[in-house]
Amino acid sequence: MMHDTPSTPSRYTVEDRAPRKLSSFLLRWESILVMMLAAVIIGNTLKSPYFLDPFNLADATYNFSEKAIMALVMALLILVREIDLSVAAILAVSSLAIGFMGDAGYGTIALVLTGLAVGTVCGAFNGFLVTRSGVPSIVITIGTMSLYRGITQVSLGDQALSTFPQSYLDLGQTYFIDWPPVPLSFFIFLLLACVFGVFLHKTAIGRQLFAIGANPVAARFSGIRVDRIRFALFTVSGLLAGLGAVLLTARIGVMRPNIGLGWELDIITMVILGGVAISGGVGTIGGVVLAVFVLGLSTFGLALMNVPGIVINVLLGLLLIISIAAPIVIRMITGKR
Amino acid sequence: MDKAIRRDTSSAGWCLTRWAAVTETSPILALANVSKSFPGVRALHDVSFSLYPGEVTALIGENGAGKSTIVKILTGIYIPDGGEIRVNGETQHFSSPRDSWGAGIAAIHQETVMFDELSVAENIFMGHMPGGHLIDWRDTKAKARALLASIEADFDADAKLKTLSVAQKHMVEITRALSHNANVIIMDEPTASLSRHEIDELFRIVTQLKAEGRAIIFISHKFDEIFRLSDRFVCLRDGEKVGEGMTRDVSEPDLVRMMVGRPIDQVFPKRDIPLGATVLEIDGLSNATEFADVSLSLRKGEILGLYGLVGAGRSEAMQAVFGMSKPTAGRVTMNGQQLAIHEPIDAIHAGISYVPEDRQEQGAFLPLGIRENITMASLAGHVRNFLLSRPSEQSAARALGGRLSVKAAHWEQSLGELSGGNQQKVVIAKWLATKPKVIILDEPTKGIDVGSKAAVHDFIGELAEDGLAVILISSELPEIMGLSDRVIVMHEGRIAARFERGMGTGALAWSAEAIVAAATGAPVEERAA
Repeated sequence: MMHDTPSTPSRYTVEDRAPRKLSSFLLRWESILVMMLAAVIIGNTLKSPYFLDPFNLADATYNFSEKAIMALVMALLILVREIDLSVAAILAVSSLAIGFMGDAGYGTIALVLTGLAVGTVCGAFNGFLVTRSGVPSIVITIGTMSLYRGITQVSLGDQALSTFPQSYLDLGQTYFIDWPPVPLSFFIFLLLACVFGVFLHKTAIGRQLFAIGANPVAARFSGIRVDRIRFALFTVSGLLAGLGAVLLTARIGVMRPNIGLGWELDIITMVILGGVAISGGVGTIGGVVLAVFVLGLSTFGLALMNVPGIVINVLLGLLLIISIAAPIVIRMITGKR
Repeated sequence: MDKAIRRDTSSAGWCLTRWAAVTETSPILALANVSKSFPGVRALHDVSFSLYPGEVTALIGENGAGKSTIVKILTGIYIPDGGEIRVNGETQHFSSPRDSWGAGIAAIHQETVMFDELSVAENIFMGHMPGGHLIDWRDTKAKARALLASIEADFDADAKLKTLSVAQKHMVEITRALSHNANVIIMDEPTASLSRHEIDELFRIVTQLKAEGRAIIFISHKFDEIFRLSDRFVCLRDGEKVGEGMTRDVSEPDLVRMMVGRPIDQVFPKRDIPLGATVLEIDGLSNATEFADVSLSLRKGEILGLYGLVGAGRSEAMQAVFGMSKPTAGRVTMNGQQLAIHEPIDAIHAGISYVPEDRQEQGAFLPLGIRENITMASLAGHVRNFLLSRPSEQSAARALGGRLSVKAAHWEQSLGELSGGNQQKVVIAKWLATKPKVIILDEPTKGIDVGSKAAVHDFIGELAEDGLAVILISSELPEIMGLSDRVIVMHEGRIAARFERGMGTGALAWSAEAIVAAATGAPVEERAA
């Protein structure tokens, strides 16, 4: 069998794996994130006695879990050189639908399914436009962002919707596991993180995402159904935005047109800090999960220290810029051209 | 090293070079003991040579011999670790491409790097537009037109770059170099994607540049061009200079021996392979603009050469077979069964592989590892319980990477870290991993050196011997004639003629003249005459 046995042995010896070197391990982005996370935890623990309290930490996860869930699929989109700027607007539309259904007196299961379905449809519409038009997704999703957000504003004006069954509100307001206290949104995030991690790093389609991100033309030549995968990713992005809407609406108990405003940038920040290259083809789910914790826990710590929200934003912005610049600076100092 | 430089630029040394200048032609540019290393690789070691005004110096060597490194050092992209560059006898330190431009050195690249959306005039003067803070457009255009006229270019300074052909883009680059009054012009495989006529045109311009007293570095893998155009040659192997001299004093076998360090048969003798049953049949394949009524059949063990000029529709037709585009009419049959190919994956499942011409752009995943690249088109075979099996992937990487003699430190190394030739091997390995029955090779030896070329020719023969049916798209006649059992010539999207090895008479005889005549579209009667 010609394909399996080399007819002439290679002239070169090639190892199966890279030699294990401590320096290359430490310079991995995930290692840097672990160190950042350790610094955040140690710093906050020293600063505030309330930081390492299980209930406080559990409540802190509320503030980032919905975004983190949406960041998982955003990571895949950015990995394949796409982006979905309309996620927060999809969340708003889904939340609007949940609000109307609540007003109409439907039960919890109907509300949840409505949120997921509306999100999925919006995401599929994005995917349809991106794959059919050939226009870059950044342009398409800026458009649909205005469209979806506009729909919620037109339908609701300055009104709010707040009629929900108690069992629905409980999804966002009680612990899913009582001890250690774990909210449902955080539990779903951990579960999905595992699913996405295995999908991206262990399955054939996951591998194909790296190929599309690295070289879309070569990916097509290699028999990868590039457009089908793109469409699926945008659809899943909508689905998870719908899930975000289900959890967020239940948590705050009220639907206003400005729900989740500006979240797309927080989500993209998580992905970029997680080490997913905006140029495509590079990234890990582990990195994104670590970045979620670094951002979430530092926000929580700063809030405990009574730092105002606007200042927190400035500091997180600085953190992002420094963390992106640091490896480049290190390379400039140590490496040669 | 520092001391040596100082001594050289001392007054005595300076006087000496001046004195030399009046007695004989002094070099415009000289490299003295230049070295450059990258982590783990010695790219150049102690290389010295000189360029003289009015001469074309051919820089030859296999892929990875150090030619590109020299170009990058001369254009200020790399800084050498040791040695020096002298321009008109004065030592120069290039720390950026701007410095190199300033010293009168310009490069015309393999794949032209310019601005498609801008006009020819803007491209020529990008970075040094006439005028002060505001661009003087009238002056810019007038100067651009004058420069274009000086090399007898047949397009206007107002034309957008994207409307030009590759050959015309080369002319823009040459004009750009002239606008800088560059005295040293580096041409890195300028003829790679040019037609015969365009090459003649380019050579006319080179001759003109020579006459104006400029020095030209010419990099090419094509020996006929080297002998036709160059006055001198410098030969590199593994980063060291292994020979230099006047081109008229050497023969092609001499150069080949110098380049590879051993004699090489340029084209391997045609292997005697018994042909099997018909595997692939293409019937009346057409699309709206690029090709029409393409029909051919292919047998097991057969090598079918597809010859034609650039733009004859060969690649387009074969890409349609592979599912990259949708034909408007025609059928593809494999082992008697009609195929429904909508996407490349359908072709791959049917046993057809297509190794694209631009292997880096269309085949390579540079940030990914070698193993990941090799298995990318055949991942389904490595799935166990829904997950990819690493050991299975690793054994595929070992077997195929080893078979193609990929040179790397380890199979997880990212493809971007390998040399161009090794990247190509990995891309071909990816296609063999799909276990094809029919393999379409699009210009498999384009831009590769003579040593690798022979290996590729040998390899193509091996594939046929292993029972594959091969379609070989190539613009190199010796390669096509040396390897193919049959040759089909395409002209302007249609099949112009079919040739069979050693058969036929007159216009359909198995001869280089007949094949070229068919490719250029000369009518059969005329060709027969």
